[in-house]
Amino acid sequence: MSIDTRALLYLVAAVAFILGLKRLGSPRTARSGNTIAAAGMLMAVIVTLVDAEVSWSILGPGLAVGALLGGFTAVRVQMTAMPQLVAAFNGFGGIASALVAGAEFVKADGLELPTETMISIIVSVLIGAITFTGSFVAYAKLQGLIGGSPVTFPGQKLFNGLLAIGVVTAGVFTQISQDPLPFWIIGAVALVLGVLAVIPIGGADMPVVIALLNSLSGMAAAATGFVISNSALIIGGALVGASGLILTKIMTEAMNRTLGNVLFGGFGVEAGASGPTGGDVTTTTPEDLAIALAYASQVVVVPGYGLAVAQAQHATREVASALEAKGVKVAYGIHPVAGRMPGHMNVLLAEADVPYDQLLDLDQTNNLLPRTDVVLVLGANDVVNPSARDDAGSPIYGMPIIEVDHAAMVVVIKRSLSPGFAGIDNPLFYRDGTRMLFSDAKQALTSLGSALEDV
Amino acid sequence: MPEVLSPVVVGVIVFVLAAFVGFELITKVPPTLHTPLMSGSNAISGITIVGAIIATGAGSGTLGSILAFVAVVTATVNVVGGFLVTDRMLGMFRKPKRAEDGK
Repeated sequence: MSIDTRALLYLVAAVAFILGLKRLGSPRTARSGNTIAAAGMLMAVIVTLVDAEVSWSILGPGLAVGALLGGFTAVRVQMTAMPQLVAAFNGFGGIASALVAGAEFVKADGLELPTETMISIIVSVLIGAITFTGSFVAYAKLQGLIGGSPVTFPGQKLFNGLLAIGVVTAGVFTQISQDPLPFWIIGAVALVLGVLAVIPIGGADMPVVIALLNSLSGMAAAATGFVISNSALIIGGALVGASGLILTKIMTEAMNRTLGNVLFGGFGVEAGASGPTGGDVTTTTPEDLAIALAYASQVVVVPGYGLAVAQAQHATREVASALEAKGVKVAYGIHPVAGRMPGHMNVLLAEADVPYDQLLDLDQTNNLLPRTDVVLVLGANDVVNPSARDDAGSPIYGMPIIEVDHAAMVVVIKRSLSPGFAGIDNPLFYRDGTRMLFSDAKQALTSLGSALEDV
Repeated sequence: MPEVLSPVVVGVIVFVLAAFVGFELITKVPPTLHTPLMSGSNAISGITIVGAIIATGAGSGTLGSILAFVAVVTATVNVVGGFLVTDRMLGMFRKPKRAEDGK
């Protein structure tokens, strides 16, 4: 087929991506949207295979290995491990783009490449390689293979800066000399930069990092699109790049941080400054809680990642069902940073059969809370801390919170009074309207479930 | 002979417009769907598989072949795994059951 026909067919694939992303805007249409995007991808692959002179001895085994590995992982992965999986897939996408650009450089074999092509190749290798190692450091942190705490050393920023300058210099040399050596140095330095960029970032900031790496994997694909002059790659890459950037912005805003602060701040190192404020807490029992819940008309559950760690999503859903059977309305108030990646908590609750119309975002929740009788805080801490709103001296001051103290009664189920991720004490626990239920979340919910049967 | 735009400039135009389309689309996605959005868009970034397929036929020696092979494997993992896991997740999003709840 002619180059024009091919370009138009790639455009159809790109339109499929756009339609697919559009349909991802509503839970009703999202699944079909994903299918449309996948069909676009299949079409782009077929269009490529029709004309390109491919080497099947390389391509066949490559496709088979990749499809088996990707398919097996996708079917087997647990929903709690979704952030790691997305991080790993981001990394694979990034390195694939870098390798395609690298192969293009090798193909030129010393022949002078136009400056714009060379720049595209270098940008693609740089972003792709950083995405690769950065993603796998994020993967290791999320999977617990390495500690989640920030790793820093003296002069780290200066060292990273020097490496970045080195990459630019090597890039200029590559263009002038068309020599392979500076080119491979760029690739190697980019791999090191990816590790160094993510390793100083603490585990609690991983949602931001994954969103940013998501964006970078798109940018790498777009850069590769410039290398091989393919509009499908440019459009697909630009869409993903934009998507990742928006999610990054949403997550940093939800933490009241800037991107620069996340990347270079070393949060968690300075935290833990404020000691416990102390005071008396009021405790409650599953039996008393069951009565309060059963006679409520509106209950809001505020889950945190602690809920998923305790594998208590299903127990939560069972308590909610028991309450609904008694005519109590139940909703879930989900803070953007409740999970380990954007929207993670929603997926975990969806897996436990919670209908999506009960999953409220921050604003919806805060609008509902003044009309709420009982709020159940499960494994959440910093995202319900009133200090973020009231105490200008607090390290999390300014972070948008779920204002659970606007409800008539707050019940916090928690193992102990230990502070959360940020190491900040929570005055909510000592408030008059708050009841503490000290227990493992799953155990508490199970007792609560049986107590509800007797009400 | 009229002047012709260079492919790079055409590419930049396409890129900028697509990025704006992306911003418009993604801003409308509710937080509930952010995780499937990330894994689905991640699968779309696997479009680089097109480049990987072409690279296998470049015939540029052992090094080129190795680069192409690894590129095909990693891009395929990204595409196949990404779309499948997104489908699996979206399959779990249950419709509200009005008939049962309304009593």
